[in-house]
Amino acid sequence: MSCCAPGAEMALEVAATVSATPSSDEIKLASRSLGGDLHQTELSVPMVHCGACIQAIEAALGKVENVEAARVNLSTKRVSIRWHGDSVPPFFAVLGRMGYQAHLFDPEIHEKDKTLSELIRAVAVAGFAAGNIMLLSVSVWSGAEGPTRDLFHWLSALIAIPALAFAGGIYFRSAANALRHGRMNMDVPIAVGVSLAYAMSLYETVNHGEHAYFDASVSLLFFLLIGRTLDHVMRERARTAVNGLSRLAARGAVVLRDDGTREYVPVAELMPRMRLLIAAGERIPVDGDITSGNSDLDCSIVSGESAPKAVSAGTYVQAGILNLTGPLTMRATAAAKDSFLAEMVRLMEAAEGGRSHYRRIADRVSALYAPVVHLAAFVTFLGWMVASGDWHRAMTIAIAVLIITCPCALGLAVPIVQVVAARRLFEAGVMVKDGSAMERLAAIDTAVFDKTGTLTMGQPRLINASEIDPTMLAMAADMAAHSRHPFSKAIAAYAGFAGEPKLDSVREEPGFGIEAIAGNDIWRLGRRGWAGWKARTGGEGKIGGYGGTVLSKNGSIVGCFAFEDAPRSDARAAIWQLKDAGVSVDMLSGDTEKACSEVAGTLGIENFVPAVLPSGKVEWIESLTRAGHKVLMVGDGLNDTPALRAAHVSIAPASAADIGRKAADFVFLRESLLAVPLAMEMSRKAGRLIRQNIAIAIVYNAFAVPIAILGHVTPLIAAVAMSASSLIVIANAMRLQATANAIPEVTPTRRRSDVVGVARP
Amino acid sequence: MTTLVYLIPVALFLGALGLSGFLWALRSGQYEDLDGAAERILIDQDDTGKDIGRRK
Repeated sequence: MSCCAPGAEMALEVAATVSATPSSDEIKLASRSLGGDLHQTELSVPMVHCGACIQAIEAALGKVENVEAARVNLSTKRVSIRWHGDSVPPFFAVLGRMGYQAHLFDPEIHEKDKTLSELIRAVAVAGFAAGNIMLLSVSVWSGAEGPTRDLFHWLSALIAIPALAFAGGIYFRSAANALRHGRMNMDVPIAVGVSLAYAMSLYETVNHGEHAYFDASVSLLFFLLIGRTLDHVMRERARTAVNGLSRLAARGAVVLRDDGTREYVPVAELMPRMRLLIAAGERIPVDGDITSGNSDLDCSIVSGESAPKAVSAGTYVQAGILNLTGPLTMRATAAAKDSFLAEMVRLMEAAEGGRSHYRRIADRVSALYAPVVHLAAFVTFLGWMVASGDWHRAMTIAIAVLIITCPCALGLAVPIVQVVAARRLFEAGVMVKDGSAMERLAAIDTAVFDKTGTLTMGQPRLINASEIDPTMLAMAADMAAHSRHPFSKAIAAYAGFAGEPKLDSVREEPGFGIEAIAGNDIWRLGRRGWAGWKARTGGEGKIGGYGGTVLSKNGSIVGCFAFEDAPRSDARAAIWQLKDAGVSVDMLSGDTEKACSEVAGTLGIENFVPAVLPSGKVEWIESLTRAGHKVLMVGDGLNDTPALRAAHVSIAPASAADIGRKAADFVFLRESLLAVPLAMEMSRKAGRLIRQNIAIAIVYNAFAVPIAILGHVTPLIAAVAMSASSLIVIANAMRLQATANAIPEVTPTRRRSDVVGVARP
Repeated sequence: MTTLVYLIPVALFLGALGLSGFLWALRSGQYEDLDGAAERILIDQDDTGKDIGRRK
C-alpha cells in the first residue's frame, strides 16, 4: 500500500479474485452520460483511506488525457470521474500503477439516498421546532400568565405545525401502513399520542387553558427521529460497503457475429446460439457449450468443487464459472434469464420462508404495549368522568396519560442498541444489513456451513513443500509466476531461491500447464500426463486433480506437488467457539466426499454431507427448521444462495457471489472465520441490552402512569420525565463494549499481484 | 410585552435562517463525504478535483 501502515484502516480484505480489467465497452456501459460527450464513471476503490490517498488519486487522474475532474469520496471509498471523448481514459491502469485496486460501480446501485436526506431534513426541522417551542415553554413554566401565556401557546402551535406535518409524516405514513395490514408497530402509539397531544393542546390554547403539550409532542418526534436516522445510516453504511465489493458477475460479453465482427453485448441481451469470446480471467456470462479453446475453470463459486477443472471443446459450462488460464469460444445455450444464475434466484425466491414470519422485538412489544396504554388512558377517562363529571378534565388527564407513556424510550430502546452493536461489528469488519438480523442471529441453535470458500479459502495450498528439492521448487515457482491457475499461484508463493537456472521463454498451454525453456532444457510444470511425456504414468487424459501436478525436466519428472484447499484462518477456533456457545455445526458441500471428510476432520465437524445439490441444501435447512431449530447458514457460492435465503439468518464472506451477498444478512470482510462467532456473541449481547432497555422503559412507565392517572402531570413534568428516560436508555446502549479485538487485524498477505508488472510505490 | 412583539419574530427569523442554511448545505452535497472533508483540510493546495459533489 502506498501510504499508511497496514492495519490503520478497516481494509476490505477481499480474497483477491482473479479479475481482468473491465473492457472499455464495459466501462461505457456503467457510465452515466451528462449530456454532450461528457460522461461520469463511478469506481469503487476500497483501499482509499487517508488524505494522502485522496491527493494522489485526484492528482494522478486529473493528469490523464480527457479527464475533466476526479473526486474521491472517502466515506464511501469511491471515485467519481468526469471525462469526455469517445475513448475511455485508462483509469484502471493509472490506479493499478499506484497500487489501488479499483472496480466498476453500477450506476443503478448508485441512487442517491433519498430516504436519508428526507430523514436528516426531518430531524433538522423537528430540532428547530423543538428548540424554539422549548424556549417558549420555559417562559410559560417560569410563570407567564394570561395573554402572554396564550400568545406563547399560539406561537408554539404555529411552530409545531410544519414540524408535525413534515417530521411527523414519516411516522403517520408508517403507522397507517401497519394498520392497513392489520399489524401493530411501534409507530402506531407514537402517531396516536403525538396527534392527540397536539389536538388537545390546541383546544386548550383556544380556551385560554393553562397546560399545553406542544413541546412534548415535538421533542418526542425529535428524539425518535434521531434514533431512526442513526438506524438508517448504519444500514446504509453496510449496504454501500457491501456494494463496493468487487462484482463477480459478468456484465456482458464479446459476441462473435457470423460476419466475423466482434461486439460487446450486455448480459441481458445475450441470446441462445450466439458465439461468445471469453478471455482468461473473465466469468462465463450464460450457460453454454465450449466450442474451441483449452482452459482451466474455477467452479468453486458455482458448485463448490474446490479443484480447478481442465476443459476443452464440448464441455458444458454454467454461468458464473471463472475462466482461469486460456481464452475460450463458447456457444450460448440459454439466455441470461434461463441460466444457472437465474435458476438459483428462482430457487431463492421459492425458499423465502426462513424469515418472512419473523417479527421484530420492538413490534412484538408494541403489539402488547399499545393496547395496554390506550386502554389505561380510556379507563382513566371513564374513571374521572365518574369521579368528577367534568369531561374536559377527564379528557385532559387521559391524554396526559397517553403522552407520559408515549413510547419515547421504547422507540429508542431497540434501534439505539442495534446501532451501537452494528458500529462495533463494523469496526471488526462485519457488515450488518439490518437490525432484525441481529435479533435472529441471537436465537440460533444450529449452524450450517458450506465448505469451499467458506470454511476453506477456496484457494489451494501446497502441502508437501518440505519434501521437494528447493532448487526444483524455486524453478517451479519462477514458472508458476506466469500463470493465473490457482495451483500456480500456490507454487509461486515459494519463490526466492536464487540458484535455479534462468528462464529464457515461458508459455502457458491452457488446460495442461506451463512450458519453459532454460538453456537447452525444456521444463514443464503441469498435468502429469502432459509434463512427464517420457514416463507415462496413466494419469493422462484425466482431469488433473490434486496430486496430479508435476515438474518435469526434458520429460522426466523431477518433482510432484500435492495441494489441498486450505482452511480459512481460525476456522477451527470459530467452530469450537460456536460449539462452546451451544450451537451444533453441520457442513454441506457440493464437493467430493474425500475433500469434505478431510476438511471436516481437520476442523472437528462431525456431521457433513458431500455432493449436495443447491435444492438439497434448502431441503436440509427446511427439515431442520421443521424440527424446531433456528438455523444459521454460512456460505459463499451461487449454489448456497437459496439456502442463505431459506435459513433463519445467514452470513456470507466478502468473496461470495453477488447474489449470495445480497441474500445474506451479514457480510464479513476479513479472512478470519472468527467473524461468525463474534457476530453471534455481539447479537446475543445486544439482545440482552435490548431486553434491559425495554425493562427500563416499562419500569419508568410503572412509575409515571400512576402519577398521570392521578392527574398530577404538568407539561414540565412530562418533558423532564420523557427526556430522562430516553437518556437512560441511550446511556445503557453505550455499555455495549467492543470485542472487536477478538478478530485479528488484517495484514495483507504477501501475494503476487494478479496484474503482472504493477510497480508498487 | 411590547418588546416581545418584535423580539419573537426576530428570534424565529434567525432560527429559520440557521435551518435554511443547514438545508442548503445538505442539498449542495456538503454532507456527502464527511471523512473526506476532515482529511482534505490537510491537503496543501486543493486545486485538484473540481467539484463533482453537487449533482442536480
